[in-house]
Amino acid sequence: MKQLLAFVRKEFYHVFRDKRTLLILFGMPIVQIVLFGLALSSEVKNIGVAVMDNARDVQSEQIIAKIRSSAQFEIKEDELNYKEIEEHFKTGEIKCAVLFPANFGSKLYKAEGAQIQVIADASDPNTATTVANYLNVIVRNYQGELNPNTQLSYQIIPEIRQLYNEEQNGSLNFIPGVIALIFMIVSTALTSVSVVREKEMGTLEILLVSPFKPVLVLLAKAIPYLVLSLIDFIIILLLSVFFLDVEIWGSLPLLFVESTLFIITCLSLGLLISNVTNSQQTAMLISMMGMMLPTMLLTGFMFPLENMPKIFQWISNILPSKYYYAIMKGVMLKGLGFSYVWKETLVLVGMSTVLLFIALKNFKNRLQ
Amino acid sequence: MENKAISCKNLTKQFGDFKAVDRVTFDVEQGEIFGFLGANGAGKTTAMRILCGLSFPTSGEATVAGFDVYKQQEQIKKNIGYMSQKFSLYDNLTILENIVFYGGVYGVSRVDIKIRSDELISTLGLEKEAKKLVGELPLGWKQKLAFSVAIFHRPKIVFLDEPTGGVDPVTRRQFWDMIYQAAESGITVFVTTHYMDEAEYCDRISVMVDGRVEALDSPTNLKNKFQTDTMDNVFYQLARGAKRADS
Amino acid sequence: MKNEVHNSHLSAANSQLSVICKNIVKTYNKGEVKAVNAVSFDVQKGELFGLIGPDGAGKTSIFRILTTLLLADSGTARVEGLDVANDYREIRNMVGYMPGKFSLYQDLTVEENLRFFATVFGTSIEDNYELIKDIYDQIKPFNNRRAGKLSGGMKQKLALCCALIHKPTVLFLDEPTTGVDVVSRKEFWEMLDRLKKQGITIVVSTPYMDEATLCDRIALIQNGSIMSIDTPDNIVKSFPKPLFAAKADNIYTLLQDLRSADEVESCYPFGEYLHLTVKTATSDIDSIKQIAGKDTVNGLEVKRIGPTIEDSFIRLMNEDNVKENTKEKADGK
Repeated sequence: MKQLLAFVRKEFYHVFRDKRTLLILFGMPIVQIVLFGLALSSEVKNIGVAVMDNARDVQSEQIIAKIRSSAQFEIKEDELNYKEIEEHFKTGEIKCAVLFPANFGSKLYKAEGAQIQVIADASDPNTATTVANYLNVIVRNYQGELNPNTQLSYQIIPEIRQLYNEEQNGSLNFIPGVIALIFMIVSTALTSVSVVREKEMGTLEILLVSPFKPVLVLLAKAIPYLVLSLIDFIIILLLSVFFLDVEIWGSLPLLFVESTLFIITCLSLGLLISNVTNSQQTAMLISMMGMMLPTMLLTGFMFPLENMPKIFQWISNILPSKYYYAIMKGVMLKGLGFSYVWKETLVLVGMSTVLLFIALKNFKNRLQ
Repeated sequence: MENKAISCKNLTKQFGDFKAVDRVTFDVEQGEIFGFLGANGAGKTTAMRILCGLSFPTSGEATVAGFDVYKQQEQIKKNIGYMSQKFSLYDNLTILENIVFYGGVYGVSRVDIKIRSDELISTLGLEKEAKKLVGELPLGWKQKLAFSVAIFHRPKIVFLDEPTGGVDPVTRRQFWDMIYQAAESGITVFVTTHYMDEAEYCDRISVMVDGRVEALDSPTNLKNKFQTDTMDNVFYQLARGAKRADS
Repeated sequence: MKNEVHNSHLSAANSQLSVICKNIVKTYNKGEVKAVNAVSFDVQKGELFGLIGPDGAGKTSIFRILTTLLLADSGTARVEGLDVANDYREIRNMVGYMPGKFSLYQDLTVEENLRFFATVFGTSIEDNYELIKDIYDQIKPFNNRRAGKLSGGMKQKLALCCALIHKPTVLFLDEPTTGVDVVSRKEFWEMLDRLKKQGITIVVSTPYMDEATLCDRIALIQNGSIMSIDTPDNIVKSFPKPLFAAKADNIYTLLQDLRSADEVESCYPFGEYLHLTVKTATSDIDSIKQIAGKDTVNGLEVKRIGPTIEDSFIRLMNEDNVKENTKEKADGK
């Protein structure tokens, strides 16, 4: 026990004496959260809009004129049918379409109100949300002009439908994604590098030729990075709440338990990588290319999975980060309880058990 | 000064308060084998870097092959060869590929590369191995090949940084045969070593202690001066007084 | 001859032996590279035993096998009576090991390094202070300096302290003096001598032939095979021919002349002299001078000298090469 403690202490010395490690540990989460946060609030300008005016009355023309005059929108072509609109979506010429029903103007003065359909290309969810909001504002302003005195009567209700990504991934969903990424960097990349460094320096030979149990070497390497990962987790949560004004809906203990589980998965991966590599660069490369890139691309936090070819969707199923991402999205942003995420949790438990088993089994008492 | 291969005058390199090289003055004649000795951290590597055009001195003057170390680093690099124990050749290229690569880097014409590489491979007796990866060669052969590559572009001066570390005694001597041949052909050899018997093979040697050149003469004269019969003792007497440790 | 030595040791008393190596073979890359080729040797308790050979001779592989870090392909090895393959846990408790590329934790201070290794070995600096005192006192002034900022010589002392911290019975030092300057090397060997006096068995490897004479017994090793095992004295004595040293004003021309002379068997540079043997058994200096061309060569000096370990090594290596070449030729036919 005393040996293990001494070892863990030594690991912390390594971490706190290396400026680069410190920068990765504490600079990276802050920078990522801030950058993503800023990127999301960026302005949208000159969005291509298609209009399908089935009403062709004064009211619809007036709204179209307002859209045309706003800085955010640029009406591409007026006369389009459904098929053409879809074509334009696919080529990317338009990011949204506005549809007026046939009797728009007359309905407007009836009790049930009139409807406009707004279709947004949500493969870029952030833009889609912004576009919908802008249109919403335009319509509401028009309504105000029509009826300066009374509120709530003659409603125009924009019915917003998001194409391609109806679930609305994106927006604040990047936070669980960043958390998963940081865990990958700290627990997988840094851990594997720190074990491999001992190989490179020859100190691992000494440790092996000591009464210290080889398995404890792995444990002693894992503990500090588990702790550091959890510290990062807290930093990100604090930043999200106080910097990005995110409300955390789910239970904090559940968040911590699930995160610890995912960290253990990442640590097992890191230890596994360190078993099979002999240089710090290789360990770093494998962690980056093999683990972090797929996490960014295939867990759905940057690009919606549903739009990807089947093969990628299939690959994403073997990524632990996909399940963690799903859990965090549910618990953190939607406030779901354990009963909603037990399946994903079970998958993670299974994965980390298998990975840990392989890592321990692969760890050699001797050199290769 | 033009006739000297290397000429240093009060050469100094300072890192903060630390004088890595401290007012060093010496000349190396053309065609000479010049041994550059010193304990770990005495400033050998720093001095060698300046002379190879890799770093600027803080003060003092120096010319290498007639070129100024402040202003003409590029010309210096074209006129010298360099080989060290650590960096020699690319293990995952074949012998021939390594030779062609370095020939190309130093701007040797294609025709010359062809002629000289054939010649080199036959003098080294590596005809059978020419298409083998360098990584498969024994250490001694690698070092001999690395030296041949370092003088492939017929430089005026070749810098050798501990070229024979860890090499067996027979190959070590074959290596020195090659150094002698290079010197005979007019190439100036500037060499560092930890083997004191190798110091004896040099025409003249300098011993650096704490950034300064504390002794410079032929091996025989140095032994007479320190009243001993081995270079080992000369070195020991000089380096024992060193105060400074390397990093 | 190797076998005779081996048997005599065995019969003497197994309990007197600290390390026993028997026909150890180790290959890499699925047998492609033969690193250790049927190596056998014994080390007596309390002996300072040296493995002398260049890089790539197989020294590190042998050390790793003896310290239980590697499994041999075949052959057996015992350390303090324990089998390196089966009893590795016990062996790991009682040996001290300094690997060749060992460089400690650069970002930890001298004291932190030492404390860490002491704890890992289940002891403390204070418990074993007596053993390391001599060496530790020299680096103690730098207790709070990071290991990365120490000089080569001091790093080496710290590494030795770390290897000694748990009072090992056997100490394995793989090339402890490589890349270290002459002054530090000399000090290091003095330390080894003092440790030996405290009864610790020391197995050390080095590529520097001049360090061989500081060992009780040495094995000269090349290409994975042991060429000779004996005391440095005996190895030098078994040099079969009179050895001469020669020099002249132009030593390179002299070397070429002597090499092309029919009477000369071998001739190579050695420090400021050339060392040479001739094909006949003559020990007459004048006849050597004759061969060298005493009337035409300026500053010619010839003397009879006693061989060094390096001379023996070169001779053994050349003999091996000759054997191999003739064998290759025979195989070719």
